[in-house]
Amino acid sequence: MLIPHPLLGLRDSQEFTYLGDASLMNRPDPSAVTAEADFCDYVFLRDNPAGVHRELWFHEQGDRSWLIVTRNTLTHEILGAELARDLPARGAK
Amino acid sequence: MTRLSGGLIDRKAPLGFTFNGKTYQGFQGDTLASALLANGVQLVGRSFKYHRPRGIFTAGSEEPNALVTLRSGARAEPNTRATVAELFAGLEARSQNHIGPLEHDLMAVNDLLSPFFAAGFYYKTFMWPRAFWERLYEPAIRRAAGLGALSTLPDPDTYDKGFLHCDLLVIGGGATGLSAALTAARAGAEVILADEDFRFGGRLLAESDLLDGAPATDWVDRTCAELAAMPNVRLMPRTTVFGTYDHGIFGAVQRVADHLPDPTGQVRQTLWRITAKRSVLAAGAIERHIPFADNDRPGIMLAGAMRAYANRWAAAPVRKSGDPVAIFTNGDDGHRTALDLLAKGVPVLGVIDTRPAVAAFGAYQVFSGGTVTGTKGRHGLTAIEITRNGQSSWHNVGALGVAGGWNPNVHLASHHRGRPVWDNDLLAFVPGADGPKGMFPAGAARGKGGTHAALTDGMEMAIAALSDIGVSASPIALPDTPDTPAKQSAYWYVPAKKRAWVDFQNDVTVKDITLSHTENMRSVEHLKRWTTLGMATDQGKTSNISALAVMADLTGATIPETGTTIFRPPYTGVSLSVLGGGDTGHHFRPRRLTPTHHWATAQGAEFTEVGQWMRASYFPRAGETHWRQSVDREVLTVRHDVGLCDVTTLGKIDVQGADAAEFLNRIYSNMMGTLKVGMVRYGLMLREDGHLYDDGTCARLGVDHFVVTTTTANAGAVYRNMEFAHQCLWPELDVQLISTTDAWAQIAVAGPKSRALLQRIVDGFDLSNEAFPFMACAELTICGGLRARLFRISFSGELAYEIAVPARYGHALMERLMHVGADLGATPYGTEALAVLRIEKGHAAGAELNGQTTALMLGLGKMVSPKKDSIGAVMSRREGLAQERRRLVGLMPVEPQSQIPAGSHLFTKGTTQNMETDQGWVTSSCYSPYLNSYIALGFLEDGDTRMGEVITAANPLEGQSFEAKVVPTHFVDPEGGRLRD
Repeated sequence: MLIPHPLLGLRDSQEFTYLGDASLMNRPDPSAVTAEADFCDYVFLRDNPAGVHRELWFHEQGDRSWLIVTRNTLTHEILGAELARDLPARGAK
Repeated sequence: MTRLSGGLIDRKAPLGFTFNGKTYQGFQGDTLASALLANGVQLVGRSFKYHRPRGIFTAGSEEPNALVTLRSGARAEPNTRATVAELFAGLEARSQNHIGPLEHDLMAVNDLLSPFFAAGFYYKTFMWPRAFWERLYEPAIRRAAGLGALSTLPDPDTYDKGFLHCDLLVIGGGATGLSAALTAARAGAEVILADEDFRFGGRLLAESDLLDGAPATDWVDRTCAELAAMPNVRLMPRTTVFGTYDHGIFGAVQRVADHLPDPTGQVRQTLWRITAKRSVLAAGAIERHIPFADNDRPGIMLAGAMRAYANRWAAAPVRKSGDPVAIFTNGDDGHRTALDLLAKGVPVLGVIDTRPAVAAFGAYQVFSGGTVTGTKGRHGLTAIEITRNGQSSWHNVGALGVAGGWNPNVHLASHHRGRPVWDNDLLAFVPGADGPKGMFPAGAARGKGGTHAALTDGMEMAIAALSDIGVSASPIALPDTPDTPAKQSAYWYVPAKKRAWVDFQNDVTVKDITLSHTENMRSVEHLKRWTTLGMATDQGKTSNISALAVMADLTGATIPETGTTIFRPPYTGVSLSVLGGGDTGHHFRPRRLTPTHHWATAQGAEFTEVGQWMRASYFPRAGETHWRQSVDREVLTVRHDVGLCDVTTLGKIDVQGADAAEFLNRIYSNMMGTLKVGMVRYGLMLREDGHLYDDGTCARLGVDHFVVTTTTANAGAVYRNMEFAHQCLWPELDVQLISTTDAWAQIAVAGPKSRALLQRIVDGFDLSNEAFPFMACAELTICGGLRARLFRISFSGELAYEIAVPARYGHALMERLMHVGADLGATPYGTEALAVLRIEKGHAAGAELNGQTTALMLGLGKMVSPKKDSIGAVMSRREGLAQERRRLVGLMPVEPQSQIPAGSHLFTKGTTQNMETDQGWVTSSCYSPYLNSYIALGFLEDGDTRMGEVITAANPLEGQSFEAKVVPTHFVDPEGGRLRD
């Protein structure tokens, strides 16, 4: 597969390490009353859609950017890639 | 000899070769198949199941029958198609799958037992008893029904892999491909033209069509010469594009040296990963046959292959020169073979044409409305039975060509679940619109198979493909050639009482398909699995569509209603060697060498692999005959004097930024932000699920500057996770990370005399306990100006330091320390001694941090700070982890000289040993020369409250049981006085 790196252009997927669902960026609030249940969902439960999927790839053999790649899991079509750090900050504060 | 005149062989370059030990002669330009045919050899192998005599059936990579073993010894290469094996001087080839000589195969008895080997016989016959499958059935089947055997010797050749990029990949170098490549190349596009053959031209080499009134090879040669001279074109003959992958990536194998008598010193094959913006699939078409009774005898082959052998290789497909040849066809195409053979002086019995009232195109007899209904000839065809209007007659022939029409070669177009679609006009499947993105099938591969049509389509598809990526290409002048549209007809098989083969390689007959249908295998996928049709090396290239037609006939449905089969990579077999790309042995993965590796090698060190690293495990001295002698000595040196160990492999991550302290607070479970500048703290990292992940030290070199160390194994992953935390969780923090593992050489200097030793190399740095206490760190210079980092940390429990210098000085530093410390007894120690020292001190390592343990279990529960959030903190408090009762303890065997193996299970003494009474396990075990006893660490239920209790450690695998006393994990210096001295 080829991944359109926002800074470096089309890169071979062999340069990347795959992590999974981009929802891993939404780390729950550790101080919430429901923190334990929230973290349980966060750590263990993932959607596994047949179709469009936003997922995290690490450009390990490259510039070490974490990317959010939008990929159709049925066709492997890549619909876009963005730098994770460019997204609005979220998670625990 | 049945060699004809003409052909594209070099008669000035004769090549001797052997087949089954007998010597023959061919010429440069021959394949093994063409050379055998030219020598009158028809019988080349035995069939898979029935061991029927078989001959050459095709002239290309679709060959189902002529599988041979090439070469001998370690280079023996089984299951090679004789039809694509390029002849070279001294080639050795052997037939396969027979016991005794090829002509008198003892396994031919299987043919008489054929009623037992019908469709589904594997499933029906070998059902039970279950245990018989592995012991009896499978070995027997593998011996009897098989292909060639591997040499079982290591491959002596070298392989390579490479990456290529282009605008347009043209797959197939026939009329279509050459025309496409030339069109694209003249437009300035980066073009790769790949063909599995060793000569470009495809069917242009096999047919007698003239281009611009001259032999087609004139145009082919001119075109190839023009392409070869263009810097934007890469011509790749002997290159099979075997798979279509995502985003325009193709796999290809280039047979660089397969055709050389001795490939030594050359790359044998290269695996190419080709990334193409667009591709033209010009893979041509594969001829189909017409099953009829006993249609598998040597001498029966595809009519198009016969033309190829006659025109390109000047070989008649008969055993004896002058034997007549017959053609069985359902369309005009078969007649072309008759004409070409006649032109070459081969006698033609006639053309049996299933269509009524067909006239001859030349001086030969036509048996209109005729079919072939029987054959004779044990090791080669001698006669055929022709039936017309219910009348049958036998005719002597030396060979029979079969022409059932052409199937577009849709293989690569169906790799991405691209479904071929039925073309009712063409009576064949063509690539569908949902094929791989960016691929443009062209020419015969999409049913435009006439020479004129192919040339035109190649050009047009190249223009279309380039237009897609914004490159404007112009039409090129194509050579003039008569268009010969060949209408295909729907005559699929001759009904017969005897067996009529559909799939030669798997011995699947029309009867098998009928039986399968009777047994309710109605889906084509079921048919394939029940009969094994379309499997093995040829993947049904010559049989799939014929089988569908037979099935359709049985169901009364149309062929597209019956279904189709799609193909998967690879197009033809790919050797594991080339997939490895030469990465064998030590090249399988990179080996990382420490800065002192060469020094350690010179000291005679034994090495061990730790991840990718090679680390010295111990340094044997003269007279030491057992590794324990060396290790015990190294351990005691550290306890009494001073030892040196290269610890460069531990991961090092430089963390800088205004928010570095806050960031590390969130990474480590314990508080790190309060660490004073110039101090080091031990830290734990958790996984977000609350389990222990990694441990190491964190040194604060400045207010905004930390150096984190990780375990050797997790160096890469911890860095990746820290970047994740930084970029994905807390991008608002001002922090920058970089891995410096390779930048700094780090040497542990451990033992009571370590301070004295270091004092000799530091540049006036005060090492006194007051100035540089336990857990201090500093940047300094040593040896007269070399910048270094010094950490007073201890894995051994002794007074100890770790000193880091730029990696290129690691070797020199080790030499200097050894030199200046000689009188102090400075001694190198390896990972074995390192392990003993840390077990003696109760420090956790990989066996204790195995991903299933928690800080609580290590007795470090307080290191998960409740005052702050950190990765894994919330989940570490969940039920199940918080109630965990197992604790790390030390274990002293009651019998000091008995080693309790790591992995042993722990039980209360005297209890029955089972899952319910299991109370933990031994993680690490070693001999302590300091205590003169074996010792161990383990996790034990309520272990922290059971000091002094004698428990049982059991190793049921070896039937071992040990009694051991529960002790604190610190076997040496429990108060920790030594390391603070």
